[in-house]
Amino acid sequence: MPLIELKHVVGGYGGAPILNGVDIAIEKSDIGVIVGPNGAGKSTTLKAIFGLLKVTGGTIEFGGENIANSLPDKLVPKGLSFVPQEKNVFTSLSVEENLEMGAFTRSDDYSETMEWVYDMFPVLREKRRQPAGELSGGQRQMVAMGRALMSRPSLLMLDEPSAGLSPRYVIEIFETIQRVNQEGVGILMVEQNARQALAFASKGFVLAQGQNRFTGTGPELIADPEVAKSFLGG
Amino acid sequence: MDELIFFINRVLISGTVLGSIYALGAIGITLIFGILRFAHFAHGDMMTMGAFIAFVLATALAAMGIILPLPMAFVVLPVAMVLTAILALGIDKGFYAPLRARGAKPVTLLIASIGVTLMIQGLIRLIFGSGTKSIYVAGESKDIFRFDMSWAGGSRPINITEPQLIMFVLTALIVVALHLFLTRSRLGKAMRAMADNADLAQVSGINTALVVRVTWVIAGSLACVAGTMLALDVALMPDLAFNIVLPIFAAAIVGGLGHAYGAIVGGFLIAFAETLAVFNWTAVLRPLNAVLPEGMALPANLALVPTEYKLTVAFVILVITLLVRPTGIFKGAST
Amino acid sequence: MSAASAPRSGWDSPLRRGLLLFAAMFVIVVVVGLVQGTASILLILTQATGFALIALGLNIQWGYGGLFNFAIMGFLMVGGASTVFLSYPVNMAFWESDGPMMLGRALAAFIVGVALVMLARRVDRIGIRGKWRAAVVALAWFAAYIIYRTQIDPAAAYIESTAGFVGGLGLHPVLGWLFGGLVSAVIAFYIGRISLGLRTDYLAIATIGISEILRALIKNMDWLTRGTMTVSPMPWPTPLPQHLQAAGMSIPDSFMYARLMFLGVAVLILVIAFVLVQRAYGGPWGRMMRAIRDNHISAASMGKDVTGRQLELFVFGSILMGIGGAILATFTQIFDPSGYQPINHTFMIWVMVIVGGAGNNWGVVLGAFLIYIVWVISDPLAQLIFLNLSQLTSSIGWGAIPEIDSRALQMRVFVLGVVITIALRYAPRGLIPEVVKRG
Repeated sequence: MPLIELKHVVGGYGGAPILNGVDIAIEKSDIGVIVGPNGAGKSTTLKAIFGLLKVTGGTIEFGGENIANSLPDKLVPKGLSFVPQEKNVFTSLSVEENLEMGAFTRSDDYSETMEWVYDMFPVLREKRRQPAGELSGGQRQMVAMGRALMSRPSLLMLDEPSAGLSPRYVIEIFETIQRVNQEGVGILMVEQNARQALAFASKGFVLAQGQNRFTGTGPELIADPEVAKSFLGG
Repeated sequence: MDELIFFINRVLISGTVLGSIYALGAIGITLIFGILRFAHFAHGDMMTMGAFIAFVLATALAAMGIILPLPMAFVVLPVAMVLTAILALGIDKGFYAPLRARGAKPVTLLIASIGVTLMIQGLIRLIFGSGTKSIYVAGESKDIFRFDMSWAGGSRPINITEPQLIMFVLTALIVVALHLFLTRSRLGKAMRAMADNADLAQVSGINTALVVRVTWVIAGSLACVAGTMLALDVALMPDLAFNIVLPIFAAAIVGGLGHAYGAIVGGFLIAFAETLAVFNWTAVLRPLNAVLPEGMALPANLALVPTEYKLTVAFVILVITLLVRPTGIFKGAST
Repeated sequence: MSAASAPRSGWDSPLRRGLLLFAAMFVIVVVVGLVQGTASILLILTQATGFALIALGLNIQWGYGGLFNFAIMGFLMVGGASTVFLSYPVNMAFWESDGPMMLGRALAAFIVGVALVMLARRVDRIGIRGKWRAAVVALAWFAAYIIYRTQIDPAAAYIESTAGFVGGLGLHPVLGWLFGGLVSAVIAFYIGRISLGLRTDYLAIATIGISEILRALIKNMDWLTRGTMTVSPMPWPTPLPQHLQAAGMSIPDSFMYARLMFLGVAVLILVIAFVLVQRAYGGPWGRMMRAIRDNHISAASMGKDVTGRQLELFVFGSILMGIGGAILATFTQIFDPSGYQPINHTFMIWVMVIVGGAGNNWGVVLGAFLIYIVWVISDPLAQLIFLNLSQLTSSIGWGAIPEIDSRALQMRVFVLGVVITIALRYAPRGLIPEVVKRG
């Protein structure tokens, strides 16, 4: 049974639906990457899973349970986490407080998880007393991911984690994502840097106009001449 | 020396009293703005409501023959705070939450808060009449402590009333407690997080409905304290706090809306600006007359602003702040 | 474009709804008139007409332009004070004293102050910039304030102790009303210039602050407005009841006909304003205003002068408020600065516009009359309820309810709050909503 399975999801913000039947299935060991042109419904798919917009058709099964239209404060304890693309840190809170907010739904002792996050991002340990707003773009992305990992999720969703980062940081962030995946966290992410991201994706989904166009492993999709021509810029 | 004592009595003490009241009210306004993103105009009336609740409880206790050495309004304050907090929660659930659920704009909520203002004021006057009442029940009087200053060469004492003294202590306790809550407790941090970035707070799994409730509880109970203090310091009347809701907004805006510490600083800033503006400097500078040449004596009244314009000082500061630096002296949650 | 914006077929539902509501209001007016007497309903209707004019002003600002204005009370006071100055009889005691000369000196001091501030703002030309310039400007403001105070304080004290106040110019009240509109326009221009750039909620707080500043000034400038000592009796543009009585009319009739004539004048002004406002709304100017209200950014990117247009709206709306305030002050014959309250003179207007339907002039006029009548009759209705309750409580031994009169009067504040709450919850677009025409 997949960790998360979207079956023909339809949804939007009240007007015409933006998603017109999206199918996605991810195992715990997977890194799933959603790519596609602007307005294809990539970010919308993640938001639909996270209950941030109305799902009007289809099912979203997570751990065998339909979670469509559940709100984040119910989803986070179930093991879902989401890193939005923009404004994804609490700028006036310290780095450590940002991480604590990620553990808000946990009532157990999370100091070990915090150590785990600090081990993964040592620079955050150094700056843990600093307001997150003072950090660089790359470091903020780490705070955002660290915050999302504090709930010990089984599926981590990232919306364009590499957006706005310099090429050196892009590589670093992608490496970190793979490391997180090796620690047993399923990944589902949306990426603009399609070619780079698909290269390490075990599942790739090409979306257009709110529907699946192509599905396969990352390398398969890169190799597909039609995908390459229409969606990867030649 | 007497001039200094006069200054302490007239400016330092009354400024601190007013500042405490402004600060406690402004904290509520700033927290509500930070979490719910609207200007809560009914806050003044929430203060009045709290004061009347304290008044009713104090009267009831006095009627039962319970008289303590403290003003009864202070004795019943904890209960009054709880009741005001519950009413604040009820007002939110009844009037603001349905509009939020519909996705109403902040300005609609602002207008709704005007509706709440009218209803609270109307109800208070319907129930208690529109006259002025004393919150000192059963013949209590303001005890005045006179600190003899003859050791320092002063001929007059420093005067401070018992309620004023309790107010200072209470305000200090509340500020410390609020600081600890916001920086140490998980819920307090979540509150700061939500004021900082409400969408991310939701995505993080923070129980935003709980944070909203906590905000109303804090705002309501502090409003009760501020209103009771105001009633103890001045008098109890139905438009008690409606008249000072603007200076309180001024305090919150000067401190940066959404910024709790800013509200405290802003409260004292506005209070001292008002007090100093109407202060007659001649009283302090009179000794200079001995030094000044003949015909250059200080005028009898050397106040920057005539007394009747005292509240206007706050409005002027408010308007200037909004025009020059709407984010406040600390950067508030203005976006 | 013209085809799409042409009214839909004559007897469509918004029109029918509007007619029904106006018919219902007419019935209410007749009923209140029968219960309270003709003179009384004429009084209510005249004041409601004044409020309708003011509400139209707010509709221009909020309904057309989305501009938040909580300073209505301030403009009503400005209108009232202006009409006092123009239409109140000449106070010879003032003109024959040193007062005019001293005021002239104060005016000169004021001009010197303004010049000082203007000069200080230009110090960047001689290389003083940034914080230093700000400091110089602040210093100039302070100096200007001191200079002005040194002249105005003795002038004010002198006038107040000798002549009482400056009095009026003895001109026709209608000129006074127009002057009220003019002074409001000037004040609105400056308020708008400095504050319209603010976000809506900050604008609300800023304007309510400005309104309070205006109130404090008018209330305390005794030499100009007599402040809390009030000015009365204000002359009417039409014959007063006393005049009619002198001409041999009975007392009840004199009140009825005098008020009827005043009402006629007020309604005439309302109709003129309504037609002008309505035509402007339908024309290209109104279309542009709505475009700006509904989408600031795209309107700006299409090259519209957004701030300039908003300033126009703010000034036009405030003119109506000033005129309305002047009419109300003239009608009650007394100008009492302490009688102005945000509840009665700012928030009530908002309730009228929102309940009636922001953006729809018909709705706003309906709302104004309806709310004003509700406001007025809440008091006797509450008295009735209280008296019955009081009988009940005294019959079961709890004793009568004390102070029924003053309490019942407060019922209307509560009712106003309930009305606005219900309107926001169940009819946020008002009784007669704006008909959205897509051009």
